[in-house]
Amino acid sequence: MIRDITLGQYYRGESFIHDLDPRTKIVCTLVYIIMLFIAGTFWGLAFSALCLGVTVAVSKVPPAFIFRGLKPVFLIILFTFVLNMFMYDGKIIFELGFLHVTEEGLHKAFFMAARLILLIIGSSLLTLTTRPIGLTDGIESLLKPLNKIGVPSHELAMMMTIALRFIPTLLEETDKIMKAQQARGADFETGNIFSRARKLIPILVPLFISAFRIAQDMAMAMEARCYRGGEGRTRMNGMKMTAKDGVAWILIVLFAAALICERILLA
Amino acid sequence: MSKFIEIQDLIFAYTDESGMAKCNAIDNVSFTVEKGSFLAVIGKNGSGKSTLAKNINALLLPTSGTVLVGGFSTKDEDHTWDIRQRAGMVFQNPDNQIVSAIVEDDVAFGPENLGIEPEVIRERVDRALENVNMGAYKKKAPHLLSGGQKQRIAIAGAVAMRPECIIFDEPTAMLDPSGRREVLDIIEELHKDGITIILITHFMEEAARAERIIVMDDGKIEMDGSPKDIFEDTEKIRALSLDVPPATELAGRLRAKGIDMGEIVVDEDDLIDRLTGSGK
Repeated sequence: MIRDITLGQYYRGESFIHDLDPRTKIVCTLVYIIMLFIAGTFWGLAFSALCLGVTVAVSKVPPAFIFRGLKPVFLIILFTFVLNMFMYDGKIIFELGFLHVTEEGLHKAFFMAARLILLIIGSSLLTLTTRPIGLTDGIESLLKPLNKIGVPSHELAMMMTIALRFIPTLLEETDKIMKAQQARGADFETGNIFSRARKLIPILVPLFISAFRIAQDMAMAMEARCYRGGEGRTRMNGMKMTAKDGVAWILIVLFAAALICERILLA
Repeated sequence: MSKFIEIQDLIFAYTDESGMAKCNAIDNVSFTVEKGSFLAVIGKNGSGKSTLAKNINALLLPTSGTVLVGGFSTKDEDHTWDIRQRAGMVFQNPDNQIVSAIVEDDVAFGPENLGIEPEVIRERVDRALENVNMGAYKKKAPHLLSGGQKQRIAIAGAVAMRPECIIFDEPTAMLDPSGRREVLDIIEELHKDGITIILITHFMEEAARAERIIVMDDGKIEMDGSPKDIFEDTEKIRALSLDVPPATELAGRLRAKGIDMGEIVVDEDDLIDRLTGSGK
């Protein structure tokens, strides 16, 4: 039931991709996403898709997991597609009242949808192959240079770590509160969407109160264990770049170079 | 044996929002705790026992009086972290004191805060998890463990900081009987390893396992002595809205029936010995 939820969408496995340093994976994903926007032709996107396909194969994450990530954004992709299809002037293919589909529009629509799909698969590959804790550590380490201009990198990462830790606890708490109210006759299942939303208020209030209580307990427990911010803190599992990361860095640079060439030569 | 904790004339009052002191949660308390001893603190709700625990760990600072831990005053801000490292603390709710979503990362949290070398942390974490018999669970997510297991992780988190003393603030209050037994066994194990134990509890049979019991009521120490001394005075214990352990209760009733029970018994093993040894 509620206790079995997985944190994030990490897919446990052993592969070249899983072994990479989180920092490498975060940077590579960012570069990949930027390159998707640099790509100017279908050839560029096809090449990106090919590279992503190879990466997915290497990661050994079953394709079903990859496509599951697309489901929640399917509507957005469809919306983008339809909008783009009607928005461009040019050679009209067919008309439907005041709407007309042009060749350019159709071209653009396919292009945008393909770009979005690749973008989502690329970023979900990051979260599928990296533990949530690894992600927060990686973000902390990458943001560290920004400490000087006042970005609290350690605090941000700590907040994410604790948030991840408390997702199941708060879900259980919600469940408990709902059950307690159902036991006293509350009805969460009937009525239209507005009346159902209104019925959630009596859940939210105690949930917030209990979240504050947990936070207070937690702060005290952390202080009792000598927590005093990021300064002077060490990590048991420090991140280490290995030869594998070197390979990944070289590949992503080659990939970026290829797409920049494509942009200059073909687009 | 040397004294590890020295509390002198401790008064502590919680303040309300305007900074006005309300009534004293701890009212003029003095006692010392020997290094390596096992002390239980009992008392009804609101008697000030948890407040006392937080005063020892410098989570709360005395309104007046002094608390010395390993020779450092809790009022001395330069040594706050020394005190918290030496006197670890385990709280009541296992869920609200686990920081990380992976067991071993959580145990490492304390040593990481102390700025210890990664290899040393690794060694301490593995050792601490062995100490609480949770070595097999080090890669698991805490929310999938039972209450007793979570509380053992919390204990490992305190042990990994290599404290001289661990203060347990009602560690078994939210656990089922088997979880309580697991946690109590580990506390006794730690005591055998030489760690000073302060156990705050609601359960008399847990207190009976300590070497010394302090009974608190209304912020004051009402009784202080060995479990036998304390539970001997059944009437006073009852007057303080507390109970005697089940074994003591049973022995007392048998005695009232005219069966010779010898001197006071405080735990089940004693009771069994007494009953079988007497041959009746």
